[in-house]
Amino acid sequence: MQFPILSFIVFTPIVSGLLIFLIPADRKTEARVAALAAGLLALLLSIWAYFSYDVAAGGYQFVEQYTWLPMLGISYHVGLDGMNAPLVLLTGIVMFTGVLISWGVDDRPREFFGFLFILATGVFGVFVALDLFMLFFFYEIAVFPMYLLISIWGWKVTREYAAMKLTLYLFIGSVVALVGALAMYFVSGLGTFDMIALEQAGFSPEFQRLVFPFVFFGFAVLGGIFPFHNWSPDGHVAAPTAVSMFHAGVLMKLGAFAALRVGIMLLPEGAKAHMWWIILLTLVNVVYGAFIASVQSDFKYVIGFSSVSHMGLVAMGFATLNKAGMLGAGIQMFSHGVMTALFFAVVGMVYDQAHTREIPNLGGFRKAMPLVAVAFIVGGLVSMGMPGFSGFVAEFPIFMGLWGTYPWIAIAAAISIVVTASYIIRIIGNVFFGKLPDAFEGHIRDVNALDKVALVFLSAVLIIVGVYPSIMVPMVESGVTYILRLLGGA
Amino acid sequence: MTTETLLWLLPLPPVLAFFLIILFTYRSKSFSHTIAVGAALLSFFGTMVVFFRAVQVSHLGDHPFATSIPWFPTGSTWFNVGMLVDPLTAVTLFFVAWTVLMIFIYSVGYHNFGQPQGDHDRAGLPPHGATVQDAHGRKHRVPSVEPMYSRFFAFIGLFAFGMYLLVLSDNLLTLFVGWEIMGLCSYLLIGFWYGKPSARAAMIKAFLTTRVGDVFMLLGIVYLYSMTGTLNFREIMHNPETLNMLAGTPSYIAGLSAAGLIGILLFIGTIGKSAQWPLHVWLPDAMEGPTPVSAMIHAAAMVSAGVYMVIRMYPIMSAGMDVGHGLTPPMLFMAIIGAFTALFAATIAVAQNDIKRVLAYSTISQLGYMIAALGIGGFVAAAFHLVTHAFFKALLFLGSGSVIHGMEHGVHHTGDHHIDPQDMTHMGGLRKKMPVTFWTFLIGGLALAGFPLVTAGFWSKDEILADSWAHAPLVFIVLALAALLTAFYTMRQITMTFLGEPRSKEAGHAVESKWTMTLPLVILAFFAITFGWLGIPEGFPLIGGIVPNWIHEFVGGTLLEHPPALGFSWVPLLTSLVVSLGGLALGYYVYRGVRSDEKDPVEGALGASLYRLLKNKYYFDELYQAIFITPAYWLAETFTSLWMDQKVIDGILHWFAYISGVIGNFLRNAIDKPIINGSGDMVSEGAKKAGGSLKTIQTGRVQQYMILALVSLAVFGAFFFYLVKMR
Repeated sequence: MQFPILSFIVFTPIVSGLLIFLIPADRKTEARVAALAAGLLALLLSIWAYFSYDVAAGGYQFVEQYTWLPMLGISYHVGLDGMNAPLVLLTGIVMFTGVLISWGVDDRPREFFGFLFILATGVFGVFVALDLFMLFFFYEIAVFPMYLLISIWGWKVTREYAAMKLTLYLFIGSVVALVGALAMYFVSGLGTFDMIALEQAGFSPEFQRLVFPFVFFGFAVLGGIFPFHNWSPDGHVAAPTAVSMFHAGVLMKLGAFAALRVGIMLLPEGAKAHMWWIILLTLVNVVYGAFIASVQSDFKYVIGFSSVSHMGLVAMGFATLNKAGMLGAGIQMFSHGVMTALFFAVVGMVYDQAHTREIPNLGGFRKAMPLVAVAFIVGGLVSMGMPGFSGFVAEFPIFMGLWGTYPWIAIAAAISIVVTASYIIRIIGNVFFGKLPDAFEGHIRDVNALDKVALVFLSAVLIIVGVYPSIMVPMVESGVTYILRLLGGA
Repeated sequence: MTTETLLWLLPLPPVLAFFLIILFTYRSKSFSHTIAVGAALLSFFGTMVVFFRAVQVSHLGDHPFATSIPWFPTGSTWFNVGMLVDPLTAVTLFFVAWTVLMIFIYSVGYHNFGQPQGDHDRAGLPPHGATVQDAHGRKHRVPSVEPMYSRFFAFIGLFAFGMYLLVLSDNLLTLFVGWEIMGLCSYLLIGFWYGKPSARAAMIKAFLTTRVGDVFMLLGIVYLYSMTGTLNFREIMHNPETLNMLAGTPSYIAGLSAAGLIGILLFIGTIGKSAQWPLHVWLPDAMEGPTPVSAMIHAAAMVSAGVYMVIRMYPIMSAGMDVGHGLTPPMLFMAIIGAFTALFAATIAVAQNDIKRVLAYSTISQLGYMIAALGIGGFVAAAFHLVTHAFFKALLFLGSGSVIHGMEHGVHHTGDHHIDPQDMTHMGGLRKKMPVTFWTFLIGGLALAGFPLVTAGFWSKDEILADSWAHAPLVFIVLALAALLTAFYTMRQITMTFLGEPRSKEAGHAVESKWTMTLPLVILAFFAITFGWLGIPEGFPLIGGIVPNWIHEFVGGTLLEHPPALGFSWVPLLTSLVVSLGGLALGYYVYRGVRSDEKDPVEGALGASLYRLLKNKYYFDELYQAIFITPAYWLAETFTSLWMDQKVIDGILHWFAYISGVIGNFLRNAIDKPIINGSGDMVSEGAKKAGGSLKTIQTGRVQQYMILALVSLAVFGAFFFYLVKMR
């Protein structure tokens, strides 16, 4: 039997999270060191899995299947393919860097890391699940700790409201999706939740068209699709830094990925029938999010709405249902995840020093924290889609795919590129350049070494994928080829 | 070393210099500039080797130097990237290498290397000067060294890398990469003195305006790629089948072929990058950067890149242009925009008093010439003017920087800091104080004005005028008018700056710049004259054919079909002579005796209101503020953010919350409490007792809870296992 690497990846966080709970509450440093060790382990495991995936062979690899509740057709079934391998790697990266930059959390760090790791298990689980029931199971594991993390460690002003809003949106979304999933389970008559089996269930087109919106929108709420996006900026802003990184970096991908995995892959005919208007909604996401981001005065809200805009591009890429678009969307999930984790890390670092996030009150931070400024500029270039950074590798195929199906939408979506440039440039200019306000003179210290490691690591990933796209493109491509086969295309 | 290997190495030294400086040597000014200038020299020598090898190849257009490697996979094939040197690349490389090297050397002097640290200088602001004591104990104000000296050399290194990459690319994608790198560097360098609010505004404006063009260009690239499956220049441009296919396929817009739409989209990228109307507004503001940057942006690299790209894409622009069919839509579009911009910008330049702004508008105008030339089919003429313009405009910008330096000396001497060292009304008589700057600036100015027979500008402009006379007389008239204005404002500038008597004390105390600044001027002046002699038409009276028309032979070979040489005609030649000499003479006579307190004679001639209109650049900045920026903010702020997002979407949510609150209260107060509670109290009483006895295990210690949880997990696990076994 081969080494069950996926199970190790999925359960490392929760086991280490529970072990961290066993450390006495006043031993804060021990809790942090344990968390860092676990984060590093998860990162190494995910890197290992990513690079040992055999692209040439394609398909699902490292598959593990154990029956769990056979009378209901539920099994523990996980596997890695070209689509979810980058996301597993992303989760490892965000988890590791999230621990690094959370070193300064002083309020019950033990519980903080414990809940964060339970969340991580949920995320890993959703990405690798090949069983519909398991997918839901992990999905709820991922959503629940979020509520605690935001309402206990969040920003005092809005944390109650944001945590409640987020939880309600996501649970309602998952209930709606569950209705669709149960319909699939019963109608298929196969008596199994196994998605590989359900892919071949041969649902009638009428059924697919009926059920698809439930499944797709139920999950896409978590991907921040318009008009169900409003939980996300509020949630991002209220959450503590590491949680924002998880939240925008990984959790939103959960929604987009599940909408793809369950919606598009299990109900391809439904996807084809509904895509024309879904793409319009995603267009609203892309342009509308960018516009709102451009007028926010709170640094963190700008990044929050930029996530709405960029996740719109992901959904848009999927909605093209062609190779280029889906390929771009797959890479965009990874690229945006790393980029936005970097952004939120930077926001947190600036806030820790300035104790305000109002952009007009900031300025001149480049001098006190040069590396933070450079990291933000790298992230900014990614989000503008500059060639040589991962954002371009992602956005170029999305626009290619879009141009092939709906050229006018491609032109309209391109507006967002300019608007994105405008708000990124505005932040760089007003927060990092310009004059340091007198009140901050002498009070702004540079970030610590762990923060620097996190920033350099995240920036390096964005540049590596941008300069050497072959590290990711063929892998995602193999995943897309599989999906296109389900869609009946080439 | 083979030429192919050399091609890969050419762009590398400047980018290595960038990393070396920011990582290691930024503390040492002399190390940093040595690395940067050394890198520019390496690229320069490499380029010269490639250039002279390229010149010796017969039919280089058909057998270019080319090399490529796979970069990223696209399905069954790989996207290849590589380097290509065909005749167009070769001549572009030639001027890029020279001008870039000159700008690097000049920057050493421009940023006052070797001068003391300033008294109050801060990073992000231009140096204000230092006080030194001489041997007699007297204090002098002298220029001080730039506080961010090393950073400057790092940034222009990256800039040069972008340009080399763009020119050497064999495909549109890496060209776009270089294009964007330069956009980024221009942003960083225009805002180099970021302590000045005007510089910050200018950097943002430049970046965003060019970005608008970039978006369309990107769509053009996407469209081209989705049609042909390749972005390689050779595969598209040297392939009649591909070109015919593009010209024959209808696009999404009625009446426009795919080639037409791609051409127009790509050209919009150039409108942004090369500052053509209506996206010209960023370029004059870009003067906020240090002067070597202005020369880099305006002559050597960035704006030239825009024109280079459309010249490169000319086969697509002209695809479907059969003989007798007239111009294709993209060409017509280019001819109109180019000719209009040429005249439009020239009129603004007439009324500017800032020495660099005059040059900025003249750049816009001259780029318009190239675009117009390309629009009417003058492929070679456009390329020719691109090269000569790069030489004389780099010369003029560097010369103006030298003048500003001289004036700053004067300002330090008098101590009157209200005098703007860039304002030409304070200058005059500088020819005696700054002879080298004067003579080289004069050569550059005459080249710009198209002074007959001697200067390079004459030959390239004459070629454009001849082409337009043959193909589009209307364009010819507009360009001739613009040429008249060009000669006039050039002479106005030279007269106000150098001739006559000093109009301020500062001008009287100006001094000549150091050799690091004047040497580049001399070298560029050499090319501003001689390069034109390579393109004298064979049919030119008396001197035609003495020097073969090498430009036409060589650059024309880039295209699939060598463009035919134009027959000689007297009309454009005489027009060209009249407008350039007439404009120069007029400029001299009008401005030779103007004193600083006098009204600008142009104002008298045009009337105050028209003069104000020109002076304020036709109010385009204000117009854009009113029709684009303000509405965009309204849309984002009032409509989208406040109304839609917070009122409508959140409003619905809050309304639901409110309604469920109402329902909940109703259920609780009207049903739950009176009806259910009554019967439930009995149950709760029982539960209370049970709770009381279970309370003892609630110790409040998480470790115990955890053990309890693990134990119950084990029990339940065993139970489920039993259930499964039973089955």
